[in-house]
Amino acid sequence: MASVSELVEARELFRNLTLRELRGKYKQSTLGWAWSMINPLATMLIFAVIFHYVLKVEPPTGKPSGLHSFPFFLLCGLLPWNFLSVGLTAGMGAPLANAGLIKKVYFPREVLTASVVTSWAVQFAIELVVVVIAFLFVGNVTFQWLPAVVMVILIQTVFVYGLALGLGAINVYFRDVQHFLGIAMQLWFYATPIVYPITLIPAHAKLFGHSLPMRALYELNPMVRFVAMYRDLLYNLRWFSLADFLYVTGVAVVTLAIGRGIFLRLEPRFAEEL
Amino acid sequence: MSEVAVSAEHVSKRFRLYHERNNSLKVTLMRRGRAKFEEFWALDDVSLEVPKGTTFGLIGENGSGKSTLLKCMAKILHPDKGITNVNGKVSALLEVGAGFHPELSGRDNIYLNGSILGLSKKELDAKFDTIVEFAGLEQFIDAPVKNYSSGMYVRLGFSVAINVEPDVLLVDEVLAVGDENFQRKCGEKFAELREQGKTIVVVSHALGTMRNLCDHIALLDHGVLKKVGPATEVIDNYVSGTHTDRIADGDADARWGSGEARIDKIEILGLNGQPTSIVHTGDRCTFRYHYSTTEAIKRPVFGLAVSTVDGTLVAGPNTRDAGAVPEKIDGTGHVDLTVSKLLLLPGRYSIDVGIFDFTCVHPFDFRQHALRFDVEAGQPHDTQGLVSLDGTWTVNGATLRLTPDSP
Repeated sequence: MASVSELVEARELFRNLTLRELRGKYKQSTLGWAWSMINPLATMLIFAVIFHYVLKVEPPTGKPSGLHSFPFFLLCGLLPWNFLSVGLTAGMGAPLANAGLIKKVYFPREVLTASVVTSWAVQFAIELVVVVIAFLFVGNVTFQWLPAVVMVILIQTVFVYGLALGLGAINVYFRDVQHFLGIAMQLWFYATPIVYPITLIPAHAKLFGHSLPMRALYELNPMVRFVAMYRDLLYNLRWFSLADFLYVTGVAVVTLAIGRGIFLRLEPRFAEEL
Repeated sequence: MSEVAVSAEHVSKRFRLYHERNNSLKVTLMRRGRAKFEEFWALDDVSLEVPKGTTFGLIGENGSGKSTLLKCMAKILHPDKGITNVNGKVSALLEVGAGFHPELSGRDNIYLNGSILGLSKKELDAKFDTIVEFAGLEQFIDAPVKNYSSGMYVRLGFSVAINVEPDVLLVDEVLAVGDENFQRKCGEKFAELREQGKTIVVVSHALGTMRNLCDHIALLDHGVLKKVGPATEVIDNYVSGTHTDRIADGDADARWGSGEARIDKIEILGLNGQPTSIVHTGDRCTFRYHYSTTEAIKRPVFGLAVSTVDGTLVAGPNTRDAGAVPEKIDGTGHVDLTVSKLLLLPGRYSIDVGIFDFTCVHPFDFRQHALRFDVEAGQPHDTQGLVSLDGTWTVNGATLRLTPDSP
């Protein structure tokens, strides 16, 4: 089992593996790192056309920024979502992708997951920088909020890392976790206010004659809170709510504790099961 | 022995042999449980200690558990019972180049692989040139490793791994990589590590190499520790134990092998070309094998071991080391080893002869003490040691000839 001192010793390895992920990512493509921007922009365009122009979804007006733009409203939710989606998928697959390494060399295995998730967090941060510059053109000066944005990225990274650790370890034993995840992610995407504003979710809904606190249930989804926080900071230009902050921090810590617990329990037999 | 570098205490490791691997949830739910599997013990209550600064070998047939034990020492596998302990920094050479990223340059991969093996950036900076030079890849170090030949790839991987310079090095059958030149460099590096007092644990099939390399050897059989002791003793015991039942016939002390090729007779031809049992130091002589085969044998290796009667190995020439391996032999014939000047000093010697496959692991026929012969005084006539160096002494540049039998 990986002890804390081993993790400290592994920080160099963590750095190098993260660099490996980052450098290797777009090595063979001509456009290289531009792809990290082209992909979300393409998704953004498609969604903007379908949801804004065809389905007439109206973005809320930013308070106090006064911004009213569907593409920017969308990006603030889409980029964090992409980070969750690719970070979780790749982080979860890290033990399988590095089977050769796990069977031949000893090192704390969670470094593999950590480096993959971190590399996607870095990419997410770079994408946000581009968005921040784009925001300047529509009059949203976001610089003073950036330290808070970095903090939210860190909390989200912990959350994604915890999920990836736990699911990744189970996936070594049952490979269909990764296939199941594909469906779960679709559901999760539409259960998060990315392509529509949260105001479309009613506070209460009637189901079989019972009144359900719809909005409260909806807000159990930590991604709802994360997206709200990014939007507050970048789109609305205001502080996120303390409730959101406490909730996501709590969820991230608990997720990490459970995920890491599962991982450390299953890790000793990785070399045999892979 | 003083300090213990590696220890195993009652280590047992169980493996599962799945009849049908079920790593899908559907199958698990339908079967209501994990797949059917058989368990077997790859290691069964193995305890041993490797003293610090020694080279320790693990031998045994395939499936004896020797690699499993090594992996337990390397912490790659966790024993089900018992514990393994390693004092100091460990490096495991189980597969070279594990973790290379094909798209990255050799340079980046050295840093990456080095940190996987536990080196810091500072240590790698210091060792970088040595690693590149050792691998002989100065020209290609900035090219992506996917463009490397397989030889270059392995050389780079090995070079990083061996330059980690750990306190304990665990090695699994990777000694045979690269061309001869590179192998020689590896051999030298191992010798250097041993001199520095590093502990080496090595798993190998190459018994000859193990005999020379190791101080102590442990013999495993089906997961059970059979014997631990000095290298020569354990190997001799293993060799006679595993092979005597195959062919055994009369005249030689011990004989074994699979029998597709046999040495019918071994003889020494003296100066006049006639068989003899007495030669003189400095004489020309020929060792002649008469062989016969039951089928065509590809690339057989003929070997000869000359020992004193008390068992000290004096010389062990073979056709593989000499680069004189025949493509194939079929039927009967003879193979000669001609020695233009026999430099053995007077005494009684015994020779073992054998025919092996090209890997020198599988014996077709091996005859221990196949022949004894005597060496009598000749020229040069040193009196100390086993062999003469056939040197010339000069004093202040002048050659002196004081011996009574000089011409």
